[in-house]
Amino acid sequence: MFSIIEAQFVAPDVKKFRIVAPRIARKRKAGHFVLVRVHPKGERVPLTIADSDPAAGTITLFVQGIGKTTRLMNLLETGDYVSDVVGPLGKASEIAFYGTVVVIGGGVGTAIAFPTSVAMKQAGNHVISIIGARNRDLVILESEISAISDEVILTTDDGSYGRKGLVIDPLKELIEAGRKVDLVLAIGPIPMMRAVAEVTRPYGIKTIVSLNSIMIDGTGMCGGCRVVVADKTQFACVDGPEFDAHLVNFDVLRQRNSLYREAERLSLDKFQQDPSADLACAKEMCRLQNL
Amino acid sequence: MNSLSPKERVKIPRQKMPEQEPESRRKNFEEVNLGLELELAKREAHRCLECANTKCVETCPVGVKVKDFVQLIVAGDILAAAAKMREDNVLPAITGRVCPQEDQCEGGCILGKKFKPLAIGYLERFVADYEAAVGKVGLPQKAPATGKKVAIVGSGPAGLTVAGDLIQRGHEVTVFEALHEIGGVLVYGIPQFRLPKEIVRREVDNLRALGVRFETNVVVGKTVTIDELFQEEGFHAVFVATGAGLPQFMTIPGEHLNGVYSANEFLTRVNLMRAYRFPEYDSPLYDCRGKNVAVIGGGNTAMDAIRTSLRLGAANGYLIYRRTEAEMPARIEEVKHAKEEGVQLMMLAAPVEFLDNGSGWLKGARCIRMQLGEPDDSGRRRPVPLPGSEFEIALDVAVIAVGTTANPLVQSTTPDLKTTRKGYIAVDEETMKTSKQGVFAGGDIVTGGATVILAMGAGRKAAGSIQQYLTTGVW
Repeated sequence: MFSIIEAQFVAPDVKKFRIVAPRIARKRKAGHFVLVRVHPKGERVPLTIADSDPAAGTITLFVQGIGKTTRLMNLLETGDYVSDVVGPLGKASEIAFYGTVVVIGGGVGTAIAFPTSVAMKQAGNHVISIIGARNRDLVILESEISAISDEVILTTDDGSYGRKGLVIDPLKELIEAGRKVDLVLAIGPIPMMRAVAEVTRPYGIKTIVSLNSIMIDGTGMCGGCRVVVADKTQFACVDGPEFDAHLVNFDVLRQRNSLYREAERLSLDKFQQDPSADLACAKEMCRLQNL
Repeated sequence: MNSLSPKERVKIPRQKMPEQEPESRRKNFEEVNLGLELELAKREAHRCLECANTKCVETCPVGVKVKDFVQLIVAGDILAAAAKMREDNVLPAITGRVCPQEDQCEGGCILGKKFKPLAIGYLERFVADYEAAVGKVGLPQKAPATGKKVAIVGSGPAGLTVAGDLIQRGHEVTVFEALHEIGGVLVYGIPQFRLPKEIVRREVDNLRALGVRFETNVVVGKTVTIDELFQEEGFHAVFVATGAGLPQFMTIPGEHLNGVYSANEFLTRVNLMRAYRFPEYDSPLYDCRGKNVAVIGGGNTAMDAIRTSLRLGAANGYLIYRRTEAEMPARIEEVKHAKEEGVQLMMLAAPVEFLDNGSGWLKGARCIRMQLGEPDDSGRRRPVPLPGSEFEIALDVAVIAVGTTANPLVQSTTPDLKTTRKGYIAVDEETMKTSKQGVFAGGDIVTGGATVILAMGAGRKAAGSIQQYLTTGVW
């Protein structure tokens, strides 16, 4: 049982959690993720660790309410518990001095990319952050990212904040203006990551993406998260989640991520009609913990 | 005391295991075998010839004192029989259900030479279930505390065996499990209808009652390393039993199509995550109702997967195996149950490609017929493809159950732990010692995928050497 010591919305549908998990906090590096199971009937969902505090024994997660489990999680509050948190899983980001690093975060991907930006800055890189969101309300971590970036560019789909347009627009301009870009890290929805890969491919700029495939155990045991990279089967949970964007088969990723679309919809509809059973399951667990 | 003469004993027929009828059981996840009643168990126990030379004990990987516990059943002291069994086997309710007895204790039983062997597996299960039924457990005596701490990595059969053996000897034992439930393959791999999860929980609770500590959600190698267990957490010995790690795929075209699963994933979704109760439980599985499902492979895992698919409502369940029924490594009882339930065996065949319906979903498999050639390394006749024999079969789901390879998580984060060419942990077979002082290993992470009881046998052996190491300090 893992205690939530802080839970607050940072944008509509995006909640920041600090969870007590001392073992994970001690070992976690940028790029690592955890699997969270909210309650005893829950599924195991992968969430990237945005930050950790080894002294306090806590990890920080940003959860965007999309499906049933993330929406349920976003109903939990400070003082509640989640049933299981396991990690840190996956390979850590390859942090090194590259020169100029462009970190692109789309939506909640911004939070996922944040720890890597911090580590890249600490490694002496010139960090250019591009934050993309649908609209102004959905922009997260702006001040934190500004504090550790040499340059920040904001884009919104509707132009309500920063530049109107997509994250690849400023990226293209940077490259076309002759700026030397040594590494691009792109984390966000599949179409965004794929678009970034296509922008950098002709220039041969090393580009890393973080893949969000469906997982169960997170230790390589089930193979459910398999992706095709350089025409070979790789497990996102242990071989990734970060891969060379130019070698990733995004079609297979998109297709495999759609495997449970109907079940996911059914689950979400049922939950939205009546979230009480799931909440009771989660809260009951919390009460038991406090006895 | 068994007052019957040997002649009278052999006249008693081997008792039949009461079973759920195939027609009803293929629609539910309840246990197939229902267990013997007290009277039937006693009658069966009376068949034992009480040999001086106990072949049944010799052939048991953990050396259960079969004659002794069977005599206690004859005497009517079932709890004493349980305690006797637990001296050697900490998981009797489990092994009574999943051991391949025909190759072990019952294979050694002298009765089997002329009659049917003593139903040792049924009796073992009976004794353990009796404990649960009367709410008492025949737990063995525990030695005084030694102050030594042992960490066990993995809570499958090997890990639980070592935990049970060493807690009895007075050591402090902590078991680390990567998943959220204790039991390893017993909870994620073996289905409910063959080994109900309550049974595993019961045996785990017995170990808890003896003082074993369990910590879930710890991936050793990631959450904590072996070196940290020694240096920072004060453990004196570590037993690594992380199991048969990574699923093997077949490296044929189409394996990433939606609808193609590894057996590990298919079974984990159903067993550990309870996908058969979706949407009450969150994790889904491809909806098998009315669909054509094939499992590729011939071992117990393959049987578990195909029988599971029938219970999920599959219209057709095919078992595709490249050799013949005679070479299948599965337990005889599993094959019998599978056939009774309507599994269609497709022998001497193997898929060469999974076929795409045009939008990334499986629509079938192209297979090739095999014939048996010369024996290979395993002593079984090698399957050889018959040229020009390719055929197609319509499928919605394909489950690949052709084995596993070593999971490198512990090995890769423990630099001084030697591995074999295939990546399994190298051990001294007599002592189960690894190349690293204080670290022992056993079960599938040493042998590759095998059986519950062989893992327990390895655990038994390791527990003996760990005990020796902890008491003498000599490596």
